[in-house]
Amino acid sequence: MNTTQTTTALKGGEFLIRETQAHDIFIPEEWSEEQKMIAQTCLDFIKQEINPRLDEIDSMKHPELMPSLLEKAGQLGLLGTSVPEILGGFGMSFNTTMLVAEVLGGAHSFAVAYGAHTGIGTLPILYYGTEEQKKKYVPKLATGEWKACYCLTEPDSGSDANSGKTKAKLSVDGKHYLITGQKMWITNGGFADVMIVFAKIDNDKNLTAFIVEKSYGGITMNEEEKKMGIKGSSTRQIFFNDCKVPVENMLSERENGFKIAVNVLNIGRIKLGSGAVGGAKFAISKAINYSKERKQFGTSIANFGAIKHKIAQTIAHAFASESAHYRAGQNIDDAYDTYIASGMEPGKARLKSLEEYAIECAILKVHGSEVLDFAVDEGVQIYGGMGFSAEGPMDRAYRDARINRIFEGTNEINRMLTIDMLMKRAMKGTLDLMTPAMAVQKDLMSIPDFGASDDDAVFAKEKKVIANLKKAGLMVSGAAVQKFMMKLSEEQEVLMNLADMLIEVYVAESTLLRVEKLIGIRGEKACEIQKEIAMIYLHHAVETATNAGKQAIYAFAEGDEQRLMLMGLKRFTKIDPYNLKESRRKVANYAIEKGEYPF
Amino acid sequence: MKILVCISHVPDTTSKINFIDNGTKFDTNGVQFIIGPYDDYALARAIELKEANAGTTVTVLNVGLAETEPTIRKALAIGADDAIRVNAEPTDSLFVATQIAEHAKGYDLVLMGRESIDYNSGVVHAMVGEMLGIPSVSPVMKLDLEGTTVKMQREIEGGKESVEASLPLVAGCQEPIAEWKIPNMRGIMSARTKPLKVVEPKTTEASVKTQKFELPAPKGAVKMISADNVAELVTRLKTEAKVL
Ligand SMILES: Cc1cc2nc3c(=O)[nH]c(=O)nc-3n(C[C@H](O)[C@H](O)[C@H](O)COP(=O)(O)OP(=O)(O)OC[C@H]3O[C@@H](n4cnc5c(N)ncnc54)[C@H](O)[C@@H]3O)c2cc1C
Repeated sequence: MNTTQTTTALKGGEFLIRETQAHDIFIPEEWSEEQKMIAQTCLDFIKQEINPRLDEIDSMKHPELMPSLLEKAGQLGLLGTSVPEILGGFGMSFNTTMLVAEVLGGAHSFAVAYGAHTGIGTLPILYYGTEEQKKKYVPKLATGEWKACYCLTEPDSGSDANSGKTKAKLSVDGKHYLITGQKMWITNGGFADVMIVFAKIDNDKNLTAFIVEKSYGGITMNEEEKKMGIKGSSTRQIFFNDCKVPVENMLSERENGFKIAVNVLNIGRIKLGSGAVGGAKFAISKAINYSKERKQFGTSIANFGAIKHKIAQTIAHAFASESAHYRAGQNIDDAYDTYIASGMEPGKARLKSLEEYAIECAILKVHGSEVLDFAVDEGVQIYGGMGFSAEGPMDRAYRDARINRIFEGTNEINRMLTIDMLMKRAMKGTLDLMTPAMAVQKDLMSIPDFGASDDDAVFAKEKKVIANLKKAGLMVSGAAVQKFMMKLSEEQEVLMNLADMLIEVYVAESTLLRVEKLIGIRGEKACEIQKEIAMIYLHHAVETATNAGKQAIYAFAEGDEQRLMLMGLKRFTKIDPYNLKESRRKVANYAIEKGEYPF
Repeated sequence: MKILVCISHVPDTTSKINFIDNGTKFDTNGVQFIIGPYDDYALARAIELKEANAGTTVTVLNVGLAETEPTIRKALAIGADDAIRVNAEPTDSLFVATQIAEHAKGYDLVLMGRESIDYNSGVVHAMVGEMLGIPSVSPVMKLDLEGTTVKMQREIEGGKESVEASLPLVAGCQEPIAEWKIPNMRGIMSARTKPLKVVEPKTTEASVKTQKFELPAPKGAVKMISADNVAELVTRLKTEAKVL
């Protein structure tokens, strides 16, 4: 490989207006031996500790079971992957911690308990705590001696998280805050020793965060919630009644709580996405296995084209989502290194690097969770009646998957955030959307470029498809902005369409880049299946984005303008026909032969 | 005390087995390799002994080419202190035993699996014991130390046998001697800095040469005959299966 190539990392959101080179992205095929060993440890943990107890965990009959499993994970060091070594953890790279989240994503209810403890439970202290707070809490959280939960949501404050009514009031002697209010849907609530609680001091407009120990008193809770899925994860309503919190337990500054909440959720989002991809892979493997065993009409159902279609399509979506996750994860790691090199304090550098890629984090939360739901839905279908049986494995997979589209910001909220953040960056001037959007306008009026690409480099044609898809996205969003100006936020339907275009551009491009890079390493012949997957996903992305673009144009343009835009959309979403049926068969046959998700 | 654990580098138990070069060579393409499961029990017991007896060290040894190093590092991640790789293809049991015996002198306890799960010859421990002139016991399902006495339980047909021997000693291990250990994060991160010494083999020719491997014939379709149709069963056993 050419060693003079330099990495020119994209800024967050910049993928829409700039091209990325394959050699600039990280691909999962590059995991080091050590990272693979870490992933294997997670898998062994699931096999040894979780799988044999899935029913027991979900029965909630033994309330001490989940905390004891967290402790076992703690003994393996799995609770300290994000925690620096000086605080008792292992200071692993962000991508490594995503890999851990991915594999543990197959652990059903445990995955949620794990995510809440290590993510939203631990990270607020790690990133916003004072030295004393960090020293007091983080090492115990990293080993699992103490368990954590995160109390933001309230009965009347869900998506509108800053509207909470929980109050904090300074005690007469000035030594404590007295917290009073009701929190809802609190994961790990039943056993947490440490709670991150968001409340408003006096009549503040914004939330303040506090580190609350269960032992402070004034805390009561309702019974466990009865849920559709992740039944083994503790979810409680928690009541605070003059809970006495020492003033030194305020986290960061007064009224900085909402920012903490948002930033911590940012991290949670992309990890939720990778966990969902992990869950999808497990579900796909089970479905492949079953399809080989189940015989109808004298043959394995895996031999039926309709089943092969499902197997291949779910594989393609999981592969695509995975490609995008670790591409973004590496960007986050690289940004972190850059901030550290410039002398920034590590906690701050972590936050800044995640903030930079907040758009990608929101995209991946949505995509990962929707891929998971697609995979478990097709999984149930492949299992047929056994899929609907409460005794088969797909029942749990199906029910447990569903929460991912709801928590850590619903997928609607995350879709809107994606566009909102993009627009804000454009307005602030950190992202120049104007120039490329104008160029697209001009392109629209010019004669289309009919010249077939004669470049026979890998994916030359497909990259052009992606470049055009970006133009389609810019064209539609540019026009929407011009049309609605400041009122765009009121046109949520259009925002959803724009978000879908953006999501598909990012994921399809990531998939192509991954396979292109892989071909560079292993040669084209060794990557035949991956190439088919890239084609399957690319066609899916173009179709989805075209449909979203159309819907948006219908919604805000009329007459000549509409005609012109539809023509533009058609031009920018042009893709050569490809026999996807054959392509899916190849992918499915390969996976069926392997007997599992094959990568 | 010094413990040597010999580990083999074998295909994962779920691997698809194929042969190439006219059935003379195992096709490693796409195969994932692991520490031999029985060796993994031996290693787990060695780590337990190390944890219970201060001053105990555990060395792992593997006879294999460079591609076995990830498997060796996994053993280091599980808790072994250092490792030796004898740089040679493990061609047959005698060859492997000869290499092990070269390095096993001076260890109090030499543990390994009762057999490797690839070629399953199950004789290496006995050969090593013989070469070193020390006792060798297998298959050991329980092993405890009392001073220099080793108390063991062997699995025998339909029961257990309790045996005793004094150190030094070779044991071929199996479950439930210890529970497999999952490498923890600290172990994984320290594995790369632990010493892994590569040594050249003592030249010995392989004494056995593989002629050919053959896969069992694929299972044919199963014909279900209902329990109240004994006559058909008998006819088929006579005419089709020709066993009556
Ligand atoms: C099992 C479980 C575990 C949880 N764990 C935690 C936890 O540990 N800590 C914690 O603090 N919270 C937790 N939550 C809460 C979770 O984050 C919220 O449920 C989620 O944010 C949605 O809030 P809500 O339930 O009030 O729904 P609502 O906000 O009422 O949303 C209902 C619907 O309206 C849509 N909607 C809302 N606002 C808008 C808008 N502005 N525009 C368009 N659509 C909108 C939503 O997308 C959704 O479809 C958990 C929830 C569950 C179910």
